[in-house]
Amino acid sequence: MGGLLKEIYKSRTLYLFISPFYILFLCFSVFPIFFSIYLAAHSWDGIGEMKYVGLDNFVYLFNDPVFWKALQNNIILWLLSNGPMLVISLAIAFIINLQLVKFKSFFRIAFFLPNITAMVAVVIIFQSFFGNEFGLMNYLLTELGLNKIAWFNSELGVQTVIALMIGWRYMGYNAIIYLSGLQKIPKDYYEAAELDGATLFQQFTKITLPVLRPIILFTIMMSTIGGFQIFTEPQVLAGPQSPYPGSDTVVLYLFREGFKYQHFGYAASVSWILFIIIGLFSFINWKFFNKSED
Amino acid sequence: MNVEILSKKVFFHALLLVGVIISVFPFYWLVVMSTNETSAMFAFPPKLTFGSYFWNNYDNVMQNMNFYRAFLNTVFIAVVSTTLQLFFNSLTGFTFAKFKFPGSKILFYIMIGTMILPSQMLLVPQFIIMRNLGWLGSYVALIIPSIATAFGIFWIRQYALAIYDDLLEAARIDGCNKFGQYWHVALPVLRPALAFLAITTFVGVWEDYLWPLIVLTDSSKFTMVLALQQLKAAHTSDYSMVMTGTMLATIPLIVFFLIVSRQFIAGIMEGAVKS
Repeated sequence: MGGLLKEIYKSRTLYLFISPFYILFLCFSVFPIFFSIYLAAHSWDGIGEMKYVGLDNFVYLFNDPVFWKALQNNIILWLLSNGPMLVISLAIAFIINLQLVKFKSFFRIAFFLPNITAMVAVVIIFQSFFGNEFGLMNYLLTELGLNKIAWFNSELGVQTVIALMIGWRYMGYNAIIYLSGLQKIPKDYYEAAELDGATLFQQFTKITLPVLRPIILFTIMMSTIGGFQIFTEPQVLAGPQSPYPGSDTVVLYLFREGFKYQHFGYAASVSWILFIIIGLFSFINWKFFNKSED
Repeated sequence: MNVEILSKKVFFHALLLVGVIISVFPFYWLVVMSTNETSAMFAFPPKLTFGSYFWNNYDNVMQNMNFYRAFLNTVFIAVVSTTLQLFFNSLTGFTFAKFKFPGSKILFYIMIGTMILPSQMLLVPQFIIMRNLGWLGSYVALIIPSIATAFGIFWIRQYALAIYDDLLEAARIDGCNKFGQYWHVALPVLRPALAFLAITTFVGVWEDYLWPLIVLTDSSKFTMVLALQQLKAAHTSDYSMVMTGTMLATIPLIVFFLIVSRQFIAGIMEGAVKS
C-alpha cells in the first residue's frame, strides 16, 4: 500500500498533466448526468421551486403524440439520408480506388469539399434550389418531362430536401473514410482476382465488402448517432416558424421544451429517452452487422 | 482488350465527374447567386451566369447584419479555443502515450468511453450550470468545457506512441523535467498531428450551432452561423442578400481548406486506419 502511494506521489506531475480533461469531465459531464437524473424527476421552470413529480415527465412524454411524431420523422430522416448516402459513398470509394482511375487526390479533395461547409450554410444554399412552384429542382423536373413538386407542402418533400442536405454534406466524408480502409487491401488481391477472371462486381462483393465490414459498421454507428441528433437542418430551414411538415425531430422537440418553454425537468427526461433510443439503435446495428458476418 | 480498358476508363472517370459536379455545383450556385437578384434564383429557367448585383447585395448584407463583427467573434473564439485545445490535448495525449503510472490504463479507458456520450443529452444541465456560474452570454461558456477533448487526446496519443524513448531519455539526462520533454522533444515531433487537430477544431468551432444558440444571448456576440441564420430568419424575401452573406462566410473557409487539403485528407485517412 505504501509502495503504491509512493508511486502515485512520484507521478504527481503526470496526474497534473492529465488533470484538465478529468476536471472538465467531472464538472461538465459527470455532474450534469446526475443532475439531469434529478431534474428528470422534477417539474421546474428554472426560476421557481422544483417540484418532485416522480415518473410523471416520462408518462407525459409517452402519451404526447408530438413526441412520437418527432421520433417517427427522425427515423425516416435518418434512413432517407444515410441509407442511399452510404451506398453511394462506398461506390465512390471503390471507383476512386480502382487502378485505372487517375487524378485520385483531385477527386478526394473535390468530394470532401461539402463537408467543410457549415450546416447552416448548407441549409441556406439548398433551400434556394427548392420552391413550391419554381426553383432549380422544379425546373430540372419539368425539363425531364416530370411534374413539379411542391417541396415544402408535403412531409416526404421536406424530408427529401433535408436528406439531400445531409447526403451532400457527408457523402464525400464517408467516401474518404472508406477509401482509407480500401488502401489497406494489397493491390495483388485485385490483380489475382482479375487474372482469375473476376468481374469488377465480383471484386467488389468478394474483396471490398468483407475487408471494409468493420469500417462500414463504424460509419453506420456514427450516422445513427448523427441521425438522431438532427437539429440544425429543420430549425434553420423553418426559421422562426414552427418546423415544416415532417421535419420536427427529437432534438428539436427537446430544444423547444427546454429553451423555449423553460420546461427544464421535462426536457431532461426527453434527453434520457434520446440517449436510450440512440443506445438501442446502436445496439441493433451492432448485432445485425455482427450476425451477417457469418 | 485495349478498347475495353479505355472504355472502362472513360466510363468511370465520367461517373466520378458527375459526382464532382454534384459536390461542387452548390458552391458555384452560391457565388453566382450573390451577384444576382432574388428573382434570378426563382426564374424559369434559373439564371446560372454571373450578374452585376454583387455590390448591391454586399451593401444590403452590411446594413442588415453585423458581418465583420460576427466574423471577428468567430475567429477570436476559434483561435483561443484551438490554441487551448492543442496545448491541453497534446500534453495529456503525450503523457498517456509515454508514461505509465498507477491508474493510467483505467483513466485512459474512461476517457475513451466518454466519446460515446451524445452531447445533446447534457444540454439542459450544462445550460443550468453555465447560468449559475454566470457564464451565459459569454464566450467562456463556449471555450472552457472543450479545452480538453477525448477525441483530441486520443488522436495525439496515437501519434505520440511513435516517439522514441531514447529521445526522451536523452532530454532527461540533459536536465529536462517531464514538461521540458513534452515541450522540447514531443511537440516538434507531433507537429503534423497537431496541424490536423488544429484544422478540425477550427472548422468545428466555426460550424458549431446548437450550443452557441443556447448560450449566446446577445446578438453582438453572435458567431458567424448564428448571425447568418438570424439574417435568413429576418429576411425571407431578399434571398440573394442572404446568399451573399453565406457566400462571404463560406468561401474563406473553402479557400483555406484548399490550401491545406492535402495534409488534411492524409490526416483523416491515417486517423481512420489508426483507430
